[in-house]
Amino acid sequence: MRVGVVTFPGSLDDGDAARAVRLAGGEPVCLWHADADLHGVDAVILPGGFSYGDYLRCGAIARFAPVMQPIIDAATDGLPVLGICNGFQVLCESHLLPGALIRNDQRKFVCRDQRLRVENATTAWTSAYEPGEETLIPVKNGEGGYVADNRTLDELEGEDRVVVRYLDDNPNGSYRDIAGIANARGNVVGLMPHPEHAVDTLTGPSIDGLRFFASVLTRTVAA
Amino acid sequence: MGPGRHRLATLSRVTRVVVDVMPKPEILDPQGKAVLGALGRLGFDAITAVRQGKRFELELNTEPTPEVMAAIDRAAATLLANPVIEDYAVRVES
Repeated sequence: MRVGVVTFPGSLDDGDAARAVRLAGGEPVCLWHADADLHGVDAVILPGGFSYGDYLRCGAIARFAPVMQPIIDAATDGLPVLGICNGFQVLCESHLLPGALIRNDQRKFVCRDQRLRVENATTAWTSAYEPGEETLIPVKNGEGGYVADNRTLDELEGEDRVVVRYLDDNPNGSYRDIAGIANARGNVVGLMPHPEHAVDTLTGPSIDGLRFFASVLTRTVAA
Repeated sequence: MGPGRHRLATLSRVTRVVVDVMPKPEILDPQGKAVLGALGRLGFDAITAVRQGKRFELELNTEPTPEVMAAIDRAAATLLANPVIEDYAVRVES
């Protein structure tokens, strides 16, 4: 089971994402932004960081990197794709997920351990969780406010596509406390919190994030 | 020829197009809010609202024909603005 992790200029968390894949029992494969080839991977992770220095809008330039067209094509055909933080921003800019991420409403970069509720435990990346399960996962962003028009938000809620929601204090003003969403098919998931930083108690507040990576492994083995 | 005259000659040959990008009215604008707060602290009491956008100045190597302007509109909708959260306006600067 090979999981590609894309590195853009300015990606920061590609190493941690690859480590999380390894700890979950998968084989991480490095994908390079300028190489329009997925090398036969079974799933793709777009990691956190500041691709292209967050110039123009977060994720707006990364969205047109050569590696993105095959990812968009494969995601449309059902390839599991997970976007974490900056990766979530890239997925929204690519229109693989609806809505957008804007500057935090309180205008501060936030970095803390955040309680979350897994609202949908049927996606490619959350099937190893119990529905409604509460998790503790770090969040760290300056432009993590999830926004969309009301019709889109109602659609996401109605179709059970809100994957994770913030509990306690909403860290960034995200509408309806949305921390992560999925596409209609459930193979594409984006979230602002960082499950790859919660895979080892030595370095994280819990190992609650590990099952994002375990979920996609079971799915691909079953398929 | 002085530097001023040279610059004028160069400018006259270039077509400039301006693309203004603004956050949609229904989207929060935390930057505008921060600027408004600072203006209030500086005593600019007459200013009651601020929204912050972006201005792109494009230089063309061609006349702004309808085809060229249509392409610039596509560029604005594809890359310069995110139509999910932003409105944009394109105009030729005389």
